[in-house]
Amino acid sequence: MAMAILWTGMVVLSLVFGLLNGRMEAVSSAALTGAGSAIQLCLSMAGVLCLWSGVMEIMNRCGLSAKLAHAFRPLLRVLLPNASRDDETLSAVSANVSANLLGLGNAATPLGIQAARRMARGLEGVASDELCLLVVLNTASIQIIPTTIASVRAVAGASSPFDILPAVWLSSVLSVSAGLTMAKVLAFFGRRRI
Amino acid sequence: MSPSAMVVPGLLAGTAVFALWRRVDVYSALTAGAGEGLTVLLRIAPALVGLMTAVAMFRASGAMDWLSGLCAPLLEKVGIPAELTPLMLIRPISGSGALAVGSEVMNTCGPDSYAGRVAAVMLGSTETTFYTIAVYFSSAGITRTRHTIPAALTADLVGFIGSALAVRIFFGM
Repeated sequence: MAMAILWTGMVVLSLVFGLLNGRMEAVSSAALTGAGSAIQLCLSMAGVLCLWSGVMEIMNRCGLSAKLAHAFRPLLRVLLPNASRDDETLSAVSANVSANLLGLGNAATPLGIQAARRMARGLEGVASDELCLLVVLNTASIQIIPTTIASVRAVAGASSPFDILPAVWLSSVLSVSAGLTMAKVLAFFGRRRI
Repeated sequence: MSPSAMVVPGLLAGTAVFALWRRVDVYSALTAGAGEGLTVLLRIAPALVGLMTAVAMFRASGAMDWLSGLCAPLLEKVGIPAELTPLMLIRPISGSGALAVGSEVMNTCGPDSYAGRVAAVMLGSTETTFYTIAVYFSSAGITRTRHTIPAALTADLVGFIGSALAVRIFFGM
């Protein structure tokens, strides 16, 4: 429903501002070209996006995701000490993290949900500190090669679409650390109040 | 020849050779992955039609300038271009919406401009927060999310400011 309200709001605001600013012709033609440019964007993005999805799938089949999942186990044991005691939860979470790193969103979500379900057992609808942490980890992006963004940059005519990678990594690390720290801090204060 | 020109061909050749060495059928993996990419695209195309229509109307009517002007003084302090206001507002709610707004910024300001680069880094370093929270907690049967939303939004906020910072560091802009 959130999207329904957002979309309606944008269209209605455009109508109101178009009337106030006397730009009705521009709004009208923008509506029609906007729809066309969406399909244009999809078509021009398709090649690059499919190519990199293919490369990521090769890396996946080489066992890279399994290696990454293994490498993240020690860190996850520290972040989620209780959940890590259950081996199946730990392997689901580490596979979830490695799928996120490789940008395999379709694989990452079911794995994360599987882990969340196991962690939610016996909680009676109230999220535990560690479950909050797992969800925060998934609301932050930790993708090594952001293929979709690179495709959009390529379509827009960027001189080298992948040159933003180091900046994306730095910003991702800052964002993930801030989210995890905030989750830990709020968990600490939440516990003290009870 | 600039060293960055090596990245794409090098990555393609390196991955292929490594995969062959690991006895992976490189070609079928490539095509399977590419097919997966196509399904992703097919799934977001209808959403993009709806959202890019709304975004184009929003900009043409002048509503976008009004919204950006509202947030400009605050954003200038952390080095975020005011044009990115709509992107930051829609990012936690809708992934396709953010892509629509972001590609619009890259097209109007240029993909290699400061605003265009910060938009790309923002898209790459943040996620669709509210959507993710809804999917995870509803499938785990959790109704009280406690501190998840404030912590996740902190990550988004730091990601936005960090994107501007990272572009300034790596591109000296």
